[in-house]
Amino acid sequence: MNQRAPIVDIRNLDYAVNGRPVFAGLDIQIPRGKVTAVMGPSGTGKTTLLRLITGQVSADSGEIQVAGQDMRVLSRTELYVLRRRMGMLFQNGALLTDFSVFENVAFPLREHTDLTERLIRQLVLTKLQAVGLRGAAELMPAELSGGMSRRVALARAIVMDPELLIYDEPFVGLDPISLGVILRLIRRLNDTLGITSIVVSHDVQEISTVADQVFLLSGGKVVAGGAPQELKTNPTEIVKQFIGGLADGPVPFHFPAPDYFSELMSRSEEP
Amino acid sequence: MIGELWENFTDALEGLGSVVHFLFRLVGNTPRVLLRFSLISQQIFNSGALSLIIIMLSGLFVGMVLGLQGFQLLQRFGSEEALGTAATIGLVKELGPVVTALLFAGRAGTALASELGLMRATDQLSAMEMMAVDPIQRVVVPRFLGGVIAMPLLAGIFSVIGIYGAQLVGVQIMGVDSGSFWSQMRSAVSLSDVTEGIVKSFVFGVACSLIAVYQGYYATPTAEGVGRATTTTVVTSAVVILFLDYLITAAFL
Repeated sequence: MNQRAPIVDIRNLDYAVNGRPVFAGLDIQIPRGKVTAVMGPSGTGKTTLLRLITGQVSADSGEIQVAGQDMRVLSRTELYVLRRRMGMLFQNGALLTDFSVFENVAFPLREHTDLTERLIRQLVLTKLQAVGLRGAAELMPAELSGGMSRRVALARAIVMDPELLIYDEPFVGLDPISLGVILRLIRRLNDTLGITSIVVSHDVQEISTVADQVFLLSGGKVVAGGAPQELKTNPTEIVKQFIGGLADGPVPFHFPAPDYFSELMSRSEEP
Repeated sequence: MIGELWENFTDALEGLGSVVHFLFRLVGNTPRVLLRFSLISQQIFNSGALSLIIIMLSGLFVGMVLGLQGFQLLQRFGSEEALGTAATIGLVKELGPVVTALLFAGRAGTALASELGLMRATDQLSAMEMMAVDPIQRVVVPRFLGGVIAMPLLAGIFSVIGIYGAQLVGVQIMGVDSGSFWSQMRSAVSLSDVTEGIVKSFVFGVACSLIAVYQGYYATPTAEGVGRATTTTVVTSAVVILFLDYLITAAFL
């Protein structure tokens, strides 16, 4: 396989939910071996993009290739084979609540391999050590803090040694210390394991410190892309609004509504 | 008005179709899950063993009531000795399977539905899919089979304890002759009565477990959605059990 080819290659992709277009003519290429951030205002379909990349939903039209595989023609079995090469970190960690931390991390190994108990134990402890939670192996998910759950989920996501690691909003609701830990882990895992990372987030400042490349999504398209520094100097209105965190701009402060004055003055009882 | 009725009717048919389709998916995955029996035995414990106390207590009381009512009724015709037969046939053919299924829907069905619904709401099912583990195979089918296996066992236990309860009241308290209580029962209750009970409890097991896992698996991933799935599980199970009970009873005549 061509190592230079992008790991995710999306061309002219359309996707609509209940007739409302989420993406219209989306083009995005995510290079191998780098940390790529996908940012954008809420509701621009960042999570939907992840679901498309992981094959949880399929596009209405356009091309989408992941790790050289055409997602449009994959059978369920082929999709599952491809997913073993991906790891995904969900927003809340999505740990299996019936299992201990150790068993959560061991879960993919037990399901997909016939490794001996001894080897599983070694692998799990190595991954837990990498996220700094070897000491928490016997705890149950309910006993963990938000940041710890996410680190356990991260250990679980890397236990099968994936090529591609996907993070869905990894910073939401974390205290500054946990946030710093996750940021450092994203960078360190990417470099030491030689994998590709995709981080969906809207935390502009945080993500700028680790990402090699940033894409800004808005209105179903990529409106800007490049190194984090380039984005800060981008003159486009929408980029300025997003990076600067301005309340009003191309993304309006007000949700579309009828004229304010006439609605206040109207006698109708109906809202 | 007619249009609305028609719409409701087609909606109901659509719902039934998707439940049946879901059942086929479960059955299709069953052989592979049977190879990992430890997953199923865990669920037999969850649905079956943990329902034992409530099933045994209910069985005892239902049997005792049968003993009391049956004695009063039979006494009018001077045939108290038939109490053993009457209570046993009532329990084995009817009350055992039906009451067990209703209790099972309330105890195990709701637990299954809310567990699966919460797993959906907290992304645990999506996480499994992302780990290339089919949640139907890993989570849903073992729970379904656990329920299907547990139900006839529970119904059997219910009936046995119920008969003991009837004996307790009829023989020990009301003074029916012990020898005729048991011997009449043994000569009058036939294998087909027991078969009918087993068939019923098996069918109820399939129906209750299917409704519970279906409601949980497709629950709207919100607090309200999981709550609704749990309620629907109990209500639908109860109606379906009683309806199927009539059909099977008619079929065995």
